[in-house]
Amino acid sequence: MAEKVKKKRKISGRTMRNWTYAYIFLLPWLVGFFVLVLYTLINSFRYSLNQIRITPMGLFFVPHGLENYRDLLQNTFFIQNIVSFTIQSVLQTPVIVSFALIIAILLNGKIVARGMFRAVFFLPVIIATGPVMNELAGIGAATVPAVNTAAIAGALSFMPSMMQGPIVELFGQLIMILWNSGIQILIFLAALQKISSEQYEAAKIDGASGWECFWKITAPAIKPMVFLNAIYTVVWLATGGQNPVITQLAFFMHSGHYGYGYASAAAWLYSILVLLLLGLCWLLLRERKEKLIMAEKRLAKRYW
Amino acid sequence: MVKMLSRFDSKDKIRKFAFGNRDKNGLVLNIIVYTLLISIGFVFLFPILHMFSISIMAPEDLLDSSVRWVPRRVHTLNYRLAFITLDYFRTLWANFQVAAIPTILQVTSTAMAGYAFARYDFPLKKLWLAVLIFTFVIPPQITMIPTFVLYTNLGFIGSLRAFWVPAILGQGFNSAIFILIFYNFHRQVPASLTEAAEIDGAGHIKSFIFISMPLAIPAVIVAVLFSFVWYWNETFLVNLFLGFGATRDTNLTTLLLELTQFTQSYGAAVTDATGMAPDPINEGIRMAGTMLSILPLGILYLILQRHFVESVDKAGITGE
Repeated sequence: MAEKVKKKRKISGRTMRNWTYAYIFLLPWLVGFFVLVLYTLINSFRYSLNQIRITPMGLFFVPHGLENYRDLLQNTFFIQNIVSFTIQSVLQTPVIVSFALIIAILLNGKIVARGMFRAVFFLPVIIATGPVMNELAGIGAATVPAVNTAAIAGALSFMPSMMQGPIVELFGQLIMILWNSGIQILIFLAALQKISSEQYEAAKIDGASGWECFWKITAPAIKPMVFLNAIYTVVWLATGGQNPVITQLAFFMHSGHYGYGYASAAAWLYSILVLLLLGLCWLLLRERKEKLIMAEKRLAKRYW
Repeated sequence: MVKMLSRFDSKDKIRKFAFGNRDKNGLVLNIIVYTLLISIGFVFLFPILHMFSISIMAPEDLLDSSVRWVPRRVHTLNYRLAFITLDYFRTLWANFQVAAIPTILQVTSTAMAGYAFARYDFPLKKLWLAVLIFTFVIPPQITMIPTFVLYTNLGFIGSLRAFWVPAILGQGFNSAIFILIFYNFHRQVPASLTEAAEIDGAGHIKSFIFISMPLAIPAVIVAVLFSFVWYWNETFLVNLFLGFGATRDTNLTTLLLELTQFTQSYGAAVTDATGMAPDPINEGIRMAGTMLSILPLGILYLILQRHFVESVDKAGITGE
């Protein structure tokens, strides 16, 4: 009996030690989270409810309620930027993700010089930054010369100009947009290479065509990666250097007229929008259990 | 009969050759795949080729619309002027400092956090993992202003501490991604290995440094490369934290930051260096500056290209 108790205490001592060390390893990150994320997050919300004047004595707060938010919603420049960012992400994310998927499928076969192609498609991840993209857009290198944006604008003239503009821009900046797909291509490629060739062989022996193989084997395997890549793309576009909303935030922040309070409120509105976009990705692309079961049942019906 | 059979046979062979069969892609499919890959590859490289061709054009070639791709003569003066305007070697060294030190600190802190998540079970682990994902998803702009105020109060603005401190606290650029990479990597190391080390008397910290980290070298390489590239390329926060305008005097700048101010600094920089007012700036000089600013990472990528593109496989983002 005494032995048992002793043993128990010994185990819990070891567990305690494990916990201690876990928190020791985690300590820098935890401190960072509390000071640099949680504290600043709370402060940012507090700022957004105040009008802030910068004085030699420090920051001077005037409680302002929700005025900042109300003003922002009437600031046409801000609304314009936010709306165009939303339309752009909604348009560009599917384009980037499906382009990445096509490239990954092309690269997944037995390709000579696959390494070289991969390196080319990944290159923009290293060198494509806001300032460089701006310079390149300045010389008209952002688009394929064969793309005639005027013709596209003409063809889309039946659309409201609110939708037409971003679509024309999509074609006008096609290369720069596709340049954002480097990491996504690699993620898809890694997922595709993990599917064992035996699965395809077995399916083909059972008489499945290439088309069926794609939808029954490849598609389920890459579905979670589509979700991951969509999230990644939205986060990338939202924080990217070419985003006009971010430049505007910095402008609000340093302008004497608007100040930190106003800029904080803008940052909150922007962040909520980004989180909504991520939520939209989740709604559209999450794994739906019931749907899978339904599909299986339908399949079973057809074959039995 | 025999003739017919052989005809059938050869037809079949052609069909096989053109369209392939179960095991082999046919010629037609191959042609389609390679055509697509090569043309898309060209489209990807097009901006860089275009930029290079403009960067070696003399002013008269730039104005002549009959010269589109190949300039009539190679005009290297563009590069010399851009070199002076960017204050190249000094900026390069400054940029290296801005990127390298935070990289080392960030990789250390994220490796520790990733190891803690992978190796131990501890109270609130699920909560902290959720917090980790949360820190990846929230746009950094939301904490930008209070962070700026905090750093101002602490005297970090205009000094590299504004980058060191978040890096060592695991909140540098995209730190959450690195923590997840290390988490995935350390999870694949069998627990029996560290347990064996423990039995042999190695402490927790010792077994982290001498057993787990050497096994995680591929993850470390990935983290170092990407951390370095992301710090190197950061412009917005460098601009914000290292102070507007005063960057040259304080010796804290990056190539990309200099590129954003290229047109403004061109005249004065060249006049200082040559004692003469230069010709007005043109696209050729600006593109030479852009080429020069992507050159260091371009060379790094050429050398370490394999490590970059294999990173995703190694990082286990796709889940094992």
